[in-house]
Amino acid sequence: MNNNIIVVENLTKQFNGFTAVDSVSFNVKKQEIFALLGPNGAGKTTIIKMLITLLLPTSGEGTIDGYSFIRQPAQVRKIIGYVPQMISVDGTLTAYENLMLMARLYDIPSNERHQRIQQIISFLQLEKHSHSLVRTFSGGMIRKLEIGQAILHRPRILFLDEPTAGLDPIAKQNVWKHLLELRHNFGTTIFFSTHNMEEAEEMSSRLAILQAGKIAVMGTLSELREKMNKKEATLEDAFIFFTGNVFEENGNIRDTRRIRELERKLG
Amino acid sequence: MLEYISQIISKSYVMAEMEVRKLLHDPTELITRAVQPILWLGVFGEAMSRARAIPTPGFTYLQFITPGILTQSVTFIAIFYGLSIIWERDMGLLQKIIVTPTPRIALVWGKMISAGIRGLSQAIIIFLFAMTIQIHLQLTIFSLLGVALVIMLGAGFFTGLSMIIASIVKTRERFMGIGQVITLPLFFASNAIYPIEMMPAWLQVIAKINPLTYMVNGLRALLLTGNISQLSFDIIILSIATLFISLLSAYMYPKVVI
Repeated sequence: MNNNIIVVENLTKQFNGFTAVDSVSFNVKKQEIFALLGPNGAGKTTIIKMLITLLLPTSGEGTIDGYSFIRQPAQVRKIIGYVPQMISVDGTLTAYENLMLMARLYDIPSNERHQRIQQIISFLQLEKHSHSLVRTFSGGMIRKLEIGQAILHRPRILFLDEPTAGLDPIAKQNVWKHLLELRHNFGTTIFFSTHNMEEAEEMSSRLAILQAGKIAVMGTLSELREKMNKKEATLEDAFIFFTGNVFEENGNIRDTRRIRELERKLG
Repeated sequence: MLEYISQIISKSYVMAEMEVRKLLHDPTELITRAVQPILWLGVFGEAMSRARAIPTPGFTYLQFITPGILTQSVTFIAIFYGLSIIWERDMGLLQKIIVTPTPRIALVWGKMISAGIRGLSQAIIIFLFAMTIQIHLQLTIFSLLGVALVIMLGAGFFTGLSMIIASIVKTRERFMGIGQVITLPLFFASNAIYPIEMMPAWLQVIAKINPLTYMVNGLRALLLTGNISQLSFDIIILSIATLFISLLSAYMYPKVVI
């Protein structure tokens, strides 16, 4: 039990009668890379928003490293990092200033800030660009900087909402290289959402398939294969097997617009 | 408790500092923002002062409206901070700030302070322009410090108001519409460009509960009459209104992310 950094029980969120997340329960172990896989509109972002204290659930319970994300949001905020799906750096500030903003909001002591920021900048290989305005950055560089902002305070768990959506394959690889290094160096647990099957299959140590606000199945890929009784099954096969559906994008117009905008900006 | 207060202060400061840095990286906005007040003074003011339609005893019409135009300029800047909240929400920046261990009110005060700083830069431009077209104003150390205080409070109030509106309307499009609907009536239902006494009785009532009026009063006392007997009253009203609206705004704005 103590090995679980995230514990979620019967988490439900309704918006004006529409159930976006429907009685979801799961655990995530320390240092795991956990993927929430599902089409747009399946409730991935809503689950993340509840876990990171942005959104109060309609019902259900849950903790992050022992703190309730419903009743102890202040404690939870200190130990998590969050990279939203959208571009969340300020293009009109430099990379250094973007990092400084977060360093100060996360209460990193003033005598450590500069050093901590320099470490992050070299870790992300952004040395040459640290004093350039972020609006001149490529999509991959922006994502890296966002991850940098979210790990300055060395969170125990990092939440990433669609971390590589809109990135080209090389930038994608690069982002994951840094995430894996981060986990290796600091033992950070990584929780990410994706609608990309290959990404979930390749990067996650365990995953949950989300369909219309419910978890259809959860486990490692080999556990899923076992359940299906099919050794060579891909995640796509698993999706069809467990949800009875083909993987289909069914987000609303707002989601679609957001994703296209993001792709345009990052690409 | 003490730690919490020091958190609020230091984090309001960092939010404001970053806004100032943005301005320093790209100051063109300050120049474009100055066009409107210069037009009001240079065109509207000049034309109306020739008409002699509005009695402004003891002062020229241009002197009379300069504090009003400064007030307008500051409030128009402040009212669009609500739009910046929506913008930052759309980008994901706001969500990221909200999930840091930062007191909610620090973001509000940070925005308020930066609106005030933008407002001060407008005051400098307007004063320089007023000097060029020979509008006589009382520019002493005392009056300038007073002007700065009134601008900071007024900018704070309208920033807070706009953040509350943003948290209700939630989208850029709706905010743009509402922004116009609110700023112009507030401006016209105040003593910015004509004395309250000229207004019909119902409008006088609105003008008296309009914080913009107290801002204009304060600035006019400092820059023209030098009669500061009412000044502390104006400042107290503005301070209470700004404090109230910042608390309400801190409660409301996180809803914009939902």
